[in-house]
Amino acid sequence: MTHVTMIARFAPDGTVTPLTLCWTDGRRYEIDRVLDVRRAASLKQGGIGLRYTCRIRGQIRYLFLDGTRWFVSDNEP
Amino acid sequence: MDRIILHSDCNSFYASVELLKRPELRGRPVAVGGDVERRHGIILAKNEPAKAAGVKTGQALWQAREKCPGLVILPPCYEDYVKFSRFARQIYFDYTDRVEPFGLDEAWLDVTGENGAALAHEIRRRVKRELGITVSIGVSFNKVFAKLGSDYKKPDAVTLIPRERVAEIVWPLPVTDLLGVGPATGAKLIGRGIRTIGELAQAPEDLLRRLLGKNGPALQACARGLDASPVKRPEDVPQVKSVGNSFTLPRDMTCRDDAARVLYVLADSVGRRLREKGLMGRQISVWMRDSSLFGFQRQATLPAPTDATHRIHEIALALVDANYRWGRPMRSVGVSVSDLCEAACGAQLDFFTDTAKSRRLDVLEEVGDRLKQRFGSRCLLPATLLAAPELTGFDPKRDHVIRPADPSPGEAAS
Repeated sequence: MTHVTMIARFAPDGTVTPLTLCWTDGRRYEIDRVLDVRRAASLKQGGIGLRYTCRIRGQIRYLFLDGTRWFVSDNEP
Repeated sequence: MDRIILHSDCNSFYASVELLKRPELRGRPVAVGGDVERRHGIILAKNEPAKAAGVKTGQALWQAREKCPGLVILPPCYEDYVKFSRFARQIYFDYTDRVEPFGLDEAWLDVTGENGAALAHEIRRRVKRELGITVSIGVSFNKVFAKLGSDYKKPDAVTLIPRERVAEIVWPLPVTDLLGVGPATGAKLIGRGIRTIGELAQAPEDLLRRLLGKNGPALQACARGLDASPVKRPEDVPQVKSVGNSFTLPRDMTCRDDAARVLYVLADSVGRRLREKGLMGRQISVWMRDSSLFGFQRQATLPAPTDATHRIHEIALALVDANYRWGRPMRSVGVSVSDLCEAACGAQLDFFTDTAKSRRLDVLEEVGDRLKQRFGSRCLLPATLLAAPELTGFDPKRDHVIRPADPSPGEAAS
């Protein structure tokens, strides 16, 4: 599983919102909108965590926060 | 009104967690096993394909490979199992505050007043979605039958055992499936023709009492569905029931001197852990096994509780002396202290004990504890241990040893 760099906002109430995904090749993607947040397992990537369902450049992508590390999955049931 | 108790059991827990992390291995026979080099080479958990090929928990790794040539054996990762266990419990706590964990992978939930079946399915689905592993859940009116239910159909299943279906579902099951009937009790019952839970429920009470003592009628009550034990909240469960360490040695012990040295290392670890937790215990147990897993376990009860290394060592060694003649070399050994109380509550002094001497030894151990805390467990050793470094060069206090996930009630929290 590949972990990625994420720029995120830590709110005073403790919620964490991802803002910019920095891909391993250096490209950056703004996160347009977080559509859903829930605990989930990624069977495809082999990990668990808080799953953010996000819209990035018109595509739906899943960003997982496991502890303090982020990983990405492009399709999850 | 009947209670509604769920028993949730994470299927092939260690193996499932490892498989979630390694998607490329799904569908292949996979087991989690101990370290062969250090002779901890047994199967701790296996997935369904490995099970179908005949791999069993507790089997030596080489035996498992013989049964199942393509078997992938992964090393255990204890931190991950604790993490998944904690997440599973967080899900359970969303439905009730009465959650009683039973090892890392099992728990009872008291959800009296709710729709047990609907809740069980919701929990089953949530665990699968949020943790990527499966549970099987039994739903019944007592803890013992709920546990039978979680074993009845798996993985990823819910089994209901309401009162009116006990005779149909529970009674035909082998008596050894019942919680509390281990191999020894099972053999005794089967020897008297009591093969199923139904036969246990209907056996003459005096026969069971003769066979098993007071445990006999208690087991019969469970078989009849009369188990009334409550699901304990975490705060009701005593944190620790015993403190123990055991070790499988790199070479077998062949004589009393070997045992004395290894027991010292174990007693030192147990004593220090007791003192750290502020606990003392009255019962000292020692067990040993040879390579064919023949073994014995003996315990002694002291007049007063202790947390002293030298005392634990002395009693453990005396138990070995009284019970073993070194006919065969021994491969693994363990020491535990139970019947615990808080050290702060004071101890009854004894008129004939040399308290000045034992006070001096206590001070010595305190100093030793502080040194070992700063410089490691091996900074201060009795010289005798140096005679067999290959036997005593382990640190049970530091090394976490993982055993197969089959906790029994009151098992050592080591």
